[in-house]
Amino acid sequence: MKVKMLSRNPDSYVRETKLDLQRVPRNYDPTLHPFEVPREYVRALNATKLERVFAKPFLASLDGHRDGVSCLAKHPKSLATVLSGACDGEVRIWNLTKRKCIRMIQAHEGFVRGICTRFCGTSFFTVGDDKTVKQWKMDGPSYGEEEEPLHTILGKTVYTGIDHHWKEAVFATCGQQVDIWDEQRTSPICSMTWGFDSISSVKFNPIETFLLGSCASDRNIVLYDMRQATPLKKVILDMRTNTICWNPMEAFIFTAANEDYNLYTFDMRALDTPVMIHMDHVSAVLDVDYSPTGKDFVSASFDKSIRIFPVDKSRSREVYHTKRMQHVICVKWTSDSKYIMCGSDEMNIRLWKANASEKLGVLTSREKAATDYNQRLKEKFQHHPHIKRISRHRHLPKSIYSQIQEQRIMKEARRRKELNRIKHSKPGSVQRVSEKKKRVVAVVK
Amino acid sequence: MSSSRAAESSLLALNQQEELEDLPREYPLSTSEDEGDSDGERKHQKLLEAISSLDGKNRRKLAERSEASLKVSEFSVSSEGSGEKLVLSDLLEPVKTSSSLAAVKKQLNRVKSKKTVELPLHREEIERIHREVAFNKTSQVLSKWDPVVQKNRQAEQLVFPLSKQQSVFAPIEHVVSGWKARTPLEQEIFNLLHKNKQPVTDPLLTPMEKASLKAMSLEEVKMRRAELQRARALQSYYGARARREKKIKSKKYHKLLKKGKAKQALKEFEKLRKVNPAAALEELEKLEKARMMERMSLKHQNSGKWAKSKAVMAKYDLEARQAMQEQLARNKELMQKIQVASESAEEEGGAEEEGEPFVPDVVNEVQVKADRPNPWMFRNHSGDTKEAEVQGDPEELAEPAAQEAPESEEEGPVVAEEILLKEFEERRSLRQKSGLNQIAKPVGSQEAKDLSSQEVLSELRALSQKLNRESHQSRKQELSSTRTVLAVQREEPAGEEEEPLLLQRPERARTLDELEELGKEGCFQNKELPRAAVEGQQLERNPSNHLGVPKEKKRKEQMIDLQNLLTTKSPSMKSLAVPTTVEELEDEERDQRQMIKEAFAGDDVIRDFLKEKREAVEASKPKDVDLTLPGWDEWGGVGLKPSAKKRRRFLVKAPEGPPRKDKNLPNVILNEKRNIHAVAHQVRMLPYPFTHHQQFERTIQTPIGSTWNPQRAFQKLTMPKVVTKPGHIIKPIKAEDVGYRSSSRSDLSVIQRNPKRLSIRHKKQLKKISVD
Repeated sequence: MKVKMLSRNPDSYVRETKLDLQRVPRNYDPTLHPFEVPREYVRALNATKLERVFAKPFLASLDGHRDGVSCLAKHPKSLATVLSGACDGEVRIWNLTKRKCIRMIQAHEGFVRGICTRFCGTSFFTVGDDKTVKQWKMDGPSYGEEEEPLHTILGKTVYTGIDHHWKEAVFATCGQQVDIWDEQRTSPICSMTWGFDSISSVKFNPIETFLLGSCASDRNIVLYDMRQATPLKKVILDMRTNTICWNPMEAFIFTAANEDYNLYTFDMRALDTPVMIHMDHVSAVLDVDYSPTGKDFVSASFDKSIRIFPVDKSRSREVYHTKRMQHVICVKWTSDSKYIMCGSDEMNIRLWKANASEKLGVLTSREKAATDYNQRLKEKFQHHPHIKRISRHRHLPKSIYSQIQEQRIMKEARRRKELNRIKHSKPGSVQRVSEKKKRVVAVVK
Repeated sequence: MSSSRAAESSLLALNQQEELEDLPREYPLSTSEDEGDSDGERKHQKLLEAISSLDGKNRRKLAERSEASLKVSEFSVSSEGSGEKLVLSDLLEPVKTSSSLAAVKKQLNRVKSKKTVELPLHREEIERIHREVAFNKTSQVLSKWDPVVQKNRQAEQLVFPLSKQQSVFAPIEHVVSGWKARTPLEQEIFNLLHKNKQPVTDPLLTPMEKASLKAMSLEEVKMRRAELQRARALQSYYGARARREKKIKSKKYHKLLKKGKAKQALKEFEKLRKVNPAAALEELEKLEKARMMERMSLKHQNSGKWAKSKAVMAKYDLEARQAMQEQLARNKELMQKIQVASESAEEEGGAEEEGEPFVPDVVNEVQVKADRPNPWMFRNHSGDTKEAEVQGDPEELAEPAAQEAPESEEEGPVVAEEILLKEFEERRSLRQKSGLNQIAKPVGSQEAKDLSSQEVLSELRALSQKLNRESHQSRKQELSSTRTVLAVQREEPAGEEEEPLLLQRPERARTLDELEELGKEGCFQNKELPRAAVEGQQLERNPSNHLGVPKEKKRKEQMIDLQNLLTTKSPSMKSLAVPTTVEELEDEERDQRQMIKEAFAGDDVIRDFLKEKREAVEASKPKDVDLTLPGWDEWGGVGLKPSAKKRRRFLVKAPEGPPRKDKNLPNVILNEKRNIHAVAHQVRMLPYPFTHHQQFERTIQTPIGSTWNPQRAFQKLTMPKVVTKPGHIIKPIKAEDVGYRSSSRSDLSVIQRNPKRLSIRHKKQLKKISVD
């Protein structure tokens, strides 16, 4: 009787050290692994379903304010620190890891209209309804010391917004005009006006730091050049813009949050047509903030929800809401691009994950590989109807849902009307204006 | 009416105009009487024109101011046609010299040189221009970001933060200086360190060391240097001397030197033993160590290069032989164990006094032995013939490589060859008698040897030759001549001639036995058959002879039915003594097949499949529709069937469908029905970035999982688009990040407090824009 034996070369399965991975021999012969498309499709479907199962974006609610949260600011050096100003003039500093308020200051009488941190993170500025600009130390006062601002500037008019320069000791306020201040002086080093209307917010460009953008209540967005001390251009939209935000990775791109439920992304060199109109909100958009990667932005709306938009898509990829969250007034994307904070009318600051189904904490390499693979599968099969349906499905509060339906009908009616008008009038007499162009009323040089 | 009135009025206007025109002309020039004539002519022409323009089309032309006619008149100045303007100074030209007009001319010049001051632009206008210039400038600045933005948008992967934080190397002093001892243990350690003035921060030198470094004076340094110099000189001197001594070739000198050294060593040892027995013991230990080393290295055995050369010489040279013996003696001496522990030191010393120092009896013994031949040393001389005999064993002749054996071994086979040669001679004579010798090659002694020892090789060669047989026409002729032989051979059991190497011997024995029986014809079959004959055998051979055949044969047998191969067995197999293992193998195979047969006794898979396919084909065929209504137009009742005619009439034959796709695929059933369950999972419209459905399908069909891709490719395929580091702050992109030079001046210093202060270039730009 002959004994047949299997023999293997130990080189193919013995590890050199015990820290090495176990070597798993694989045969990549495609005939041995058939049905690759159906198998990957099923994997993609499962990944999509699991993504929806694990989509639990809400992390924490920071409560403590005694009035609606009117403004938020990130700390430039510390990820765990957040500052917030409320409608009763109180400023609070929060520790996100402990989810606790670590300091509170009665900064102003009336609203805290704006808050911003210095680029070095040692102090911050607030403006309020009491016509003052105040600079505060980031660290609390030592024992027995009074809680007092470092500097206080008394202005003639109400300041509605403030932003700090990204590199230098300069900040800008807005109200009736845009003022540029040196930190050491009590009078602005230059003020720029164009027309006579109250300007609601002003923002420094984070890349080309001498550029500023502001939006006024007469429906326009004005761009300024700080170095030449002159406004550059003005674009007038259909309705009022509440705030703008610059893309931190693309120097000439900014997004405006508008009252007409939409957001407009502009290339500041060509203001006559927006690069993209982002529409999904069903009420006025109150705030917008870019993710530090410059790929997405988050918007806060009066419709009690926040939405996350990819920069190059007109529809949102995510909508966050809770039953208790009221009109969201301010929103910020944290500097590590992982979390989103929003402050709302009902006095809470909420912390959300930027990717709803992302697992927090340290991932093992295998977990990471699996999530990467699943992500890529979802992308690959995103056009397949089942997967598309599942990945797009979101629960919405009834108010928003019905509003969406209603607005869809309205939009359809408008479109139909336009089509009919074109159909029943002399050819060429009615011009079709593209949706993008329609929203821009004028560009003023 | 109205038209005529209009004409009138236009005429009036013309007259007035002419008067106006004439006025300046008349002023500088003195009018002449001739004027009237030409004037009348012109008026007439104008009148004609006015009348012709009455039809309505050219009415507007009337309002135009017209100059003098194209006609050249020497009395009047005309600028019409040339397109040039009439300048006032031209008219003055002929009277240039007259002084009376100088004042007028001066006035004229003054008027000419005077420029009007432009009205200042409106403030808003100026601001607008400022803004425009500033905007252009800014967009120029911004457009430097275009390539960066483009690159980032198209990037396969973006890793944030963009700028890597440089790890800073802080010297340990800096790190330690901020640290204080807190716990009691730490403090204790600190105290100890401080007491010894150990360095806390700088670990290189203690204060003591530093002090000692400083302490050395100049004299000391000089002395030390002189010392070092001397030592170096001595060293070089000794080195040179040693080299010189080494170069001396005289053997006598070296012998004397060695002896002297040995004596010296012995003396010293003696002295040492008396003075310091312990040291002597140590010396002995050294000797022991040398012995061990020798045992390990076998330095003095005759394996070295020198020893080998001597061994060659030893045959002829007495001196060399002695040298070798000496060496062996030394080996033995070194390997000898020195008895220390058992005997007292004194006794040992006595023993040593008797014999030669260090060299005990062994040397003498060797010298004694040298007289008779050392069996190991002289093996080569005496044992040569014996060896040859041993090698001459006939068994080794069968080795195929025998031919390549070295010369000394070549001598061995001679005896066997002679026997063989004799045999061949006999056979040749036999063949000559039978008249078949024409096929035989001229058999030299060398070839005969070949034939006997390398039968198998020749067979293989024959097989390979068979492949290019066409080239050997002459051989073929030979082959034809051997037919008769082959015919005889065919009668024998087929497997006999071509057995592989292993089975050679018994078979050969048999053939030898048969040799006598078969007589003259059969005697060649194995050993004397030339190659051609072997070829012939190959061609005619029974295919059943398959076991253990060389490769060439296998190739031929691929044509043969597999079943046949498996089932039929060569009859000669059993006659052989050796292949018992083969039989076992066969049994095993049969068992296995039996087992499989038993296990799957019930199901005939192929038939089932065929049946299934037939059903599927039937099911997919379009069915005939029977529209007969029993009872109509016929007698009613139980058990009555509609007539065949009626049935034929109302049977709607289904049209023949297209041929099935699996018609020519015997092992496949293709379902041609559209699967409605699958439709829900299929993409209906071509998604946006794709322009052709093939592109899209290709992206879907390339798998990205690790099941189908090797690890590297998998990692590359599933690379995430954006990678962020948890806990790291991502700062906005900076000019330095992408290799641009950021502006050196700060924004603050550039701020223009007063926008009216503009640079010259700026002003120029402004002007250009305002002109536009």
